[in-house]
Amino acid sequence: MAYSDGSDPFPTAVKVLVAGGFGVGKTTFIGSASEIEPLSTEELITAASAGHDDLHGVEDKTTTTVAFDFGRITMDPSHVLYLFGTPGQDRFWFMWEELSNGALGAVVLADPRRLQDCFSAVDFFEHRRIPFLVAVNEFDGAYRYTAEEVRSALKLGAGTPVLTCDARVARSATETLIALVRHLIAVPASP
Amino acid sequence: MAADDEPLIDEDAGRLVRPYTVSNGRTAPTRRLDLMSLVASTGRVGQSDLTPEYARTLRLCKGPTSVAEVAAHLRLPAAVTKVLLSDLVDAGAVAAQAPRPAADPSDRRLLEILLDGLQRRL
Repeated sequence: MAYSDGSDPFPTAVKVLVAGGFGVGKTTFIGSASEIEPLSTEELITAASAGHDDLHGVEDKTTTTVAFDFGRITMDPSHVLYLFGTPGQDRFWFMWEELSNGALGAVVLADPRRLQDCFSAVDFFEHRRIPFLVAVNEFDGAYRYTAEEVRSALKLGAGTPVLTCDARVARSATETLIALVRHLIAVPASP
Repeated sequence: MAADDEPLIDEDAGRLVRPYTVSNGRTAPTRRLDLMSLVASTGRVGQSDLTPEYARTLRLCKGPTSVAEVAAHLRLPAAVTKVLLSDLVDAGAVAAQAPRPAADPSDRRLLEILLDGLQRRL
């Protein structure tokens, strides 16, 4: 099948990232928002494959992999939204490069007990000018910060939305994604 | 040297694999596929014409399916899945979405579609 005439029968797939520190609830969030059970796949980690697909040279090696989670939401017959969870450990940050490539935006989940754990995610998206919001995942009994306290602690720009969510609740996760899309509509295109 | 099915060494990472064993020693996909690339069976090649690993892969893409989903169901690293899918494309068994420019975050129409789609889920 050739699609050079533009008659592409495939839906448009768009991607939103779900980032944050290890254990903050990214998989839970993805599972709550997704129409499918969250899936996990692995990408190879070798010097040969980091950043591209070529496995050449790894034939004689045992190769280790890093897992990441994702989910899917069908918008209409021609648009599908994928949610990709970034690996939580900082040492896998290079995986974020492929995952963030072409991403519309990102949800940075913050654990109110460990706000500092999402610093690296905030830095990453700011540096690459990927629009994002910060969603504080309010665990039961966790200390509640005001949005301004979170903004100040994370040194967020005035334009970055801060909200609270409960990653376990489908409605809350969906509302967080809606807030992200509203933010995307509101922000001017990157220069 | 670890055996093929050696359990986790680093619990934060995945398992250890010899990726080339399921891709017949092939080391690079012939097609440019990323995790979000969509693939679909063309219906032109029967599963009985394929080795089990390829037949499994083909079964997973009856309708448009992302490379990431196929990889997850195969329980294979994405890079290996891309090799298998590329081979199926080359064999005419699978059609792959033509590469597209990344979604434009300032595409107002696209964003409205997402907004509508998400609000319907509330």
